[in-house]
Amino acid sequence: MSGDKQQVSRRQFLNYTLTGVGGFMAAGIMVPMLRMAVDPVLKTSGHGDFANVNLAVDDITKDPQRVEWEIEQVDGWYKSNVKKAAWVYKNDEGDIIALSPICKHLGCVVTWEGSDQHPNEFFCPCHDGRYYKSGVNVEGTPPTAPLDMYEKKVENGMLYLGEVKPHKEA
Amino acid sequence: MLQKLYDWIDERVDITPIWRDIADHEVPEHVNPAHHFSAFVYCFGGLTFFVVVIQILSGMFLTMYYVHDIENAWRSVYYLQIDVAHGQIVRGMHHWGASVVIVMLFLHTLRVFFQGAYKKPRELNWMVGVLLFFTILGLGFTGYLLPWDNKAYFATQVGLEIAEQVPLIGPEIKTLLAGDPDIVGAQTLSRFFAIHVFFLPGALFALMAIHFILIRRQGISGPL
Repeated sequence: MSGDKQQVSRRQFLNYTLTGVGGFMAAGIMVPMLRMAVDPVLKTSGHGDFANVNLAVDDITKDPQRVEWEIEQVDGWYKSNVKKAAWVYKNDEGDIIALSPICKHLGCVVTWEGSDQHPNEFFCPCHDGRYYKSGVNVEGTPPTAPLDMYEKKVENGMLYLGEVKPHKEA
Repeated sequence: MLQKLYDWIDERVDITPIWRDIADHEVPEHVNPAHHFSAFVYCFGGLTFFVVVIQILSGMFLTMYYVHDIENAWRSVYYLQIDVAHGQIVRGMHHWGASVVIVMLFLHTLRVFFQGAYKKPRELNWMVGVLLFFTILGLGFTGYLLPWDNKAYFATQVGLEIAEQVPLIGPEIKTLLAGDPDIVGAQTLSRFFAIHVFFLPGALFALMAIHFILIRRQGISGPL
């Protein structure tokens, strides 16, 4: 080292250059692969359309009834029809409520009055999870949150259901 | 920071001799293109290895999307090519790289052949090299079927009928490769996938290890 200037030795210079060029090449190889691998995370998920569930609004009663319908699901290269289900009823104010039947404990399927011992409640057979008619979970049973709700709209007197959203009271 | 981390590990397991042995050795003058430009012919082996590394990496990432099933193979390839960001690039690397590997391998073989570098005491490494050559040809052949398009199908048909020409055991070899005596189908695709991503790469790694250990033990052959 001469004077107060920091000299870069020939060896250091070559080391830096080689590391730089090598790093550039390695990045050129790895970036497309990593971008491809993380693609599912960065893809914007298509918002689900509303589907006609073949239930006239006039036929919706105060008693929850199970409706089933099919949607076309696109899973990468695989297209298939998937069954969806909801428990639909009108509450005391006359609003339509469409609850997801998927238990918030571990994902089993709940049934309205599924247990003789618990009338007027949704019941999950897996671990005796229970929900009130509103979808709110009964304190002291396994579920930790109320049943999810479907987005809904009414067109030409028919009920259309969309995406699943957390319960209003959650 | 990195130096500290290195020192911490080195103090405990003494790794410096290990990487010295692998990477830190003199390049003889007759092999160094800086001294004699014609020495670039010595690069082909390293370039083959470099492209093989690219093939391994891009192949690993491709299997994130590819399925080896006759219903979905083509569709999954189409999906990763069209709908996945940079999928086209990664498949392109694997597709073109497959040809580049063979070219580099061939140039490397020609260099060793015409320089007589295979002679005593390096005959064993030549034999391992020939096995590597067949392994990589096998990788090329089995990989060709995987997109399950028309070209893949008929190329495999031809390849299998070549295998059938082997005297005495030809039909058995064909059945062993295709998984069925007559059909080129579901079982063929599944077998070729397994051979392409598990069996041949396993052989490739083992043979490459031997190839490199031998060249480090024997050193590079002398100047002409």
